[in-house]
Formats: sequence, C-alpha cells, structure tokens
Amino acid sequence: MISLQHVSRSFDGGRSFAVHDVSVEIADHQFVSVIGGSGSGKTTLLKTINRLTEPDSGRVTVAGKPAAAEAPHALRRRIGYAFQGIGLFPHMNVAENISITPRLLNWSEADIRARVEELVDLVSLPRGFLARMPSELSGGQQQRVGVARSLAARPSIMLMDEPFGALDPITRDTLGTEYRRLHDQMSLTTVMVTHDVMEAVLLSDRILVMRRGEIVADGEPQALLDGHPDEEVRALLDTPRRQAERVRMLLGNRAHSE
Amino acid sequence: MDERVVSAARLLPDYLSQHVLLSAASLALGLLISLPLVVAASRHPAIRWPVLGFAAVAQTIPSLALLALFYPLLLALSALSQYLFGFGFSALGFLPSLLALTLYSMLPILRNGVTGLLGIDPAVIEAARGVGMTDRQRLLRVELPLAAPVLMAGVRTAAVWVIGAATLSTPVGQTSLGNYIFSGLQVENWVSVLFGCGAAVALAMMTDQLLALIEAGVARRSACRIWIGAGLLLAGIAAAAMALAGTAGRHGYLVGAKNFSEQYILADLISDRIRATGRPVTTRIDLGSTVAFRALAGNDIDVYVDYSGTVWSTVMGRKDSVPRARMLQEMRSALRREHGVVLLGALGFENAYALAMKRDRAVALGIRSIADLARHAPQLTLGGDLEFFSRPEWRALRDRYRLSFHEQRQYQPTFMYRALASGQADVISAFSSDGRIAADDLLVLDDPLQVIPPYDAIVLLSPARASDPVLRRALQPLIGAIPIQLMRQANYQVDREVDKVTPAGAARWLSRAAHLEAPSDGPD
Repeated sequence: MISLQHVSRSFDGGRSFAVHDVSVEIADHQFVSVIGGSGSGKTTLLKTINRLTEPDSGRVTVAGKPAAAEAPHALRRRIGYAFQGIGLFPHMNVAENISITPRLLNWSEADIRARVEELVDLVSLPRGFLARMPSELSGGQQQRVGVARSLAARPSIMLMDEPFGALDPITRDTLGTEYRRLHDQMSLTTVMVTHDVMEAVLLSDRILVMRRGEIVADGEPQALLDGHPDEEVRALLDTPRRQAERVRMLLGNRAHSE
Repeated sequence: MDERVVSAARLLPDYLSQHVLLSAASLALGLLISLPLVVAASRHPAIRWPVLGFAAVAQTIPSLALLALFYPLLLALSALSQYLFGFGFSALGFLPSLLALTLYSMLPILRNGVTGLLGIDPAVIEAARGVGMTDRQRLLRVELPLAAPVLMAGVRTAAVWVIGAATLSTPVGQTSLGNYIFSGLQVENWVSVLFGCGAAVALAMMTDQLLALIEAGVARRSACRIWIGAGLLLAGIAAAAMALAGTAGRHGYLVGAKNFSEQYILADLISDRIRATGRPVTTRIDLGSTVAFRALAGNDIDVYVDYSGTVWSTVMGRKDSVPRARMLQEMRSALRREHGVVLLGALGFENAYALAMKRDRAVALGIRSIADLARHAPQLTLGGDLEFFSRPEWRALRDRYRLSFHEQRQYQPTFMYRALASGQADVISAFSSDGRIAADDLLVLDDPLQVIPPYDAIVLLSPARASDPVLRRALQPLIGAIPIQLMRQANYQVDREVDKVTPAGAARWLSRAAHLEAPSDGPD
C-alpha cells in the first residue's frame, strides 16, 4: 500500500504550492491514473512517492514503511519508474540498460541474464535487440525497453509519468494495453500520470483528478463518467464520452450509407 | 651535417625527456585538481562562475610571467617551511614550472568538463536517479562516460598548450626544449631555435594524436583504441623517465649561467674543466639575473660567474661606490657571512654597464663622455636591454648626469645592436666585454663622475661546495687568467652573424688562447 498524508510541496518557498496538503491511500494491486491540466501538480505528487521530489511537509509511506526512513536510492530500487523522456543510457546497449537496477543490487550474472531475456519477451521485443544501442530503436521500442528496465528488479510498485505520451496513437494504444496486461499478470500496484483522459478511463481501476495541487475528484472511471458535482471535472470526463459518441455516429452513418 | 644540427641533436635526449616529464606531470596534476572541480561546478551553479573565472584569469596571465611569479612565491614558502619545519625545498626548476603549467592546463579541462556534464540529456539524469543510482554511481556510470568525449577534447587542448608553454620554463631553471630556443635566440643560432620549435611541435602533435585515439575510443566505446593510445603515451613517459634516470643517477656538478653569450661560454669553460677531472657536469643555462644568485645560495646550482657591481647592488643592496679592491674584499666577507657563498676570485676582465654610440655619430655631435651626452640627450633615443631601465646603475646615471632622453626603448641584447646600427636608437646600454663594441666600431662613453661601479667577472661557489677540493682545483687557474681582449674575441665568435662558433667552441678557443692547462685529476 502507498499512503500519502498531508503532503505539500512548494517550489517557491511557500508562496504557491505544486502539491497542497494531499492525503490519499492506494491499495495494493490497484491501477491508479492521475489526470489534470498542466501545472496541476500530478507529476510532483507522483515523484514524492519515490523521493525524486522531497515533500516539504507530510508523510509518505510505501508498503508500511516511511519513505523518508531509507536512503532514496535504496527506495528507488524497489519502485519501478518509467517516464515520457524514457532516458535510456545512450552509451549502454539494450541488455545493459535493462539490467541496470539488478546490477546495482548485485544480482548474479546468471540471474541477470535470465531476467533480461524474460523481460524482452514480456515487452514483446525480439531477443536480437539485446545488443542494439538505444539510438538504433524507434520511439515505441525505446519505451518498451524503458518499461522493461523499470520492471527488472521485480518491483511491486510502478510509477509512470506520461509513459506513452510521446508515442504515435497506435503505438500508444498497443503499449498501454500490453502494460495493463503486465500489471495484472505481475500483480503490480501502478500509479500513472497522464494527460490523456481516454487512456486513464480505459486502463485504470481508479482515477484521481488534480487541480492547483489538490485532488478534486477520486473514483472508479465508471463512477466519474456517470457525473460529478465539480463542473470542471465533469467537463474533463465528458471529453472521452463525447469523442466516443461522435466516433460511434460516424461509424453508424457509414454503415447506413453502405 | 651542419655542426649546429649535430650539437643540437646531442642535447635532444636530455631536453626532450625533461620536457616530456614536466608536461606529463603538469597535465596529470591539472587533471587531478580539475576533475573534482568539474564535478562540483556542474552540480553547484554558485561555484561554477568563480571556478571558471579563476581558470580564465590564470590563462590570461602571460605564461612567462606566471612561471616567473611562482619562483619568488616558492622561495618564500621554502623559507617559511625552513623556519617552521626545519627543511626547505628547491624553489628553482621543476617545482615552479610544474605549478605554473598545472594552472595553465586547467581552463580547457574545466571548461570542457563542465560543458560536457551540463550537456547531458536531463532525461538520462532523471533515469539514473529513477533506477536507484547513488550520486557517485550516477557520476561514474553515466555522467563521466557521457561527458568523456567533450572532456577529452579539453584534455587534448590542455596537452598542446602545456607542451608549448613548457618551453618557457627554461628561465626559471627547468631544462626543456625551450633551452634550444632561448640560447639560440641569444647567440642567433637559428638552427637551434628551429630545432627547439620543431621538437616541441612534433611532441605536441604526437601527443595530440594519441589523445585523439583515446578520445575516439571513449566515444565509440572501443577499449582497443583506448589501450593503444594510453599505452603509447605511458611508454613515451616511461622512456623519458628512464633516459633521465640514466643521467640523474650519477652525482654531478651543476654549473649555472645567465642568459647571454658570455655566460654560456664561461659555463662551458667551467664545465670542461670540471669534466676534465672525471666528474659529471650539467649546466643550467638561461637563468634570470637574480634567479641565478638565489639558486646558488640555495644550492640549486654549484657554481656560476656573476659580476661584482651586480652583486654589490642587487644582492648586498649597496648604493655607494667604493674602489675595486675594497669592493671585492667587502663582498667576499659579506657573501660568506650572509649567504655562505664563496667568492673564489675575479677572472680578470670587467663586463660593466656602459653607454655606447656609433663612433661617427658621436664624433659628429662632439660627444665623448656621458657628461657631453647629457646636453644632446633630449634629441636622442636610448635603447636599453630588458633589465637596464630597472637597474640602480641607470637611475644613478640618470640622476647624476641629469639625463633626459627623447625616448627610451627596450630590446633583447641582440636586437639592441641592430637598432643602433639602423638608427632606431642613438645610444645603447652596452657591456664593456661585448665583442660587438670593437666589431661594430662603437664608442664607449667615458664616465667622468665614476657613477658606474666596477663589474669584475667573479666566480661564485655555493655554500654546499664552499670547500669542495675538486671544484677549487679545477677553477683556481681561471682566476685572473682571462683578459678583456680575449673575452671580447670569444664573445664575438658567438655573436657575429657569419662564421658563428658555438659557445662550447668559443670556450675551447678561450681556454687555448688564455693558455689554461687542463686540470689534472689529483688524489682527493
């Protein structure tokens, strides 16, 4: 379980807050999406969980243990992290990139090799890619490697920051669906920040909507789609519904004309 | 082959290996200091500008001045260490050169290193943190490997600069390829100058190419390239160290010389006589004028020839003028008492500062003495060597004769005579033992007020060699044995433009002409 209690973070010495007094609990094996406009604080909130951002106040607990109680690097080795920039190490090949965290944890060479092969299969990359350099891969292939790298040390928690945001729509859809399958298969707890409401609705068990550093809506996708007292939240979640209806109408019209 | 090429080539192993070791040590130390600063400066913007600014300022100080400044600084530190811990260190030669060149090597390393680290894609840094690297792991596994190509380009620049600037370490007593250039320039041996430049350029280019190989190896992650490049560089350094160990292993005498022909000839004359006793000798030429005495007093050299008037004013700080015999007597006891330095004796000629004009011009203006000159001075240009205008002799002349020239210019001694010949200067500061006085038909102006003190050439021995029997036996016969006419001729053989003789050749001629017998190697 991940638990945030009264977490606040300001980047200008307290004049304004990126995250303001947020408390939320995320149960094991949940797939939670965080949505909201840019600057709403969703990325900052995500990064307080693996201490890429330190909260100014409040308390973050990961699997029953205060995050602040251990060294940040040790904490991060237990938590997978994938983000839009991907950040593959350009001087390491695919196998070396994927195996980096197990190596930091001093796994044996045999365990590392077995795990790397298992992971390229899981993210549907050919084994022949292991010796390639990141610059030789397409964007979608790079993010597959990025996801494999974040899963390498068998974390139980995955943090994802717009992981598929820079990819073309088809790749984005494929990777999203495949990741959801991995989430279920490995019983992961996933927190994913996205600006794509449709993606959030289709993939997650639960959606958090943020505005100006605060959580303004929290619920299952279906419940939020059914309506919410907050007007902006309603408008935000109306978008996928309206899009879906327009697509259905287009398809319906075509069916009639044929 | 030209005799000058042969004699230059004979000096190459010593000069080149010293140059290589000095450059390598400076670059290594520069890297050692710069790398932590690079990391700190890339992580903390607050110290980035101070660090880069300091390196840039060090870079703008002319390298010769930087080298010169480290000498007095180290002398003071050595004196302090002597006082505090009971031991001093040599402030001459390797140490000041090493420190100045290290400082000089730092800017390109710092600038490229910081540029390289700051140029890394922020996403890669975030990923390094995200996968759980510590700061140290992120630096060693990600940041340094990615910044390495840019950093290596900086190291290459630094290496080329250091190898070039190391030629300037000669005047602070560090043998380098600059010895060819400084002494060649002095005696107009252009073969020697070109030899020195060529050797330095070849060394710089070879080093640059090997570093380029390492750079390419780093960029393409080819361990083979890195090892070949590093291996060849280390082999070069090891070869230099072995070449030097071969000569430095023996305990030898160190003969010093300042930076002009007469000093080279006398240093060779002294070296030949010591060598004739079977003892090894090394020369340290091109020492700055005051550097030489300090080096002797500090036992960095064993013997050299100075001039009584110079020692009187710059070492003893005396401003009065006393008769020759009394001056030598007072000097002998003062040097012994205050510095432990032994004044072995005077060689027999004087090399005094004088003012000289072309004879026809002096006759036309009716000038015979400095007193006559004073009347015409406002229309005339005075040329002085690099030291002249800062010396007390010049101030004394100026004040006593009320000299006020239209213009004063500074020249390298060689170019000063050219300036006089071409009319750029009407009067020059000359040395009374200079062969060019007779050769160019110059008139040395009288000094009726006797403002200029005597400048007898005197042999000085270091405190450590004060009662060295070999040195005394080898050098005693020189005392009073070299008349001014012979010294002028020997100087002219080296200074003239055609049919030049090397200082070593002139020294052999002088030894024969003065009927100096080679010393026998008697029992110690």
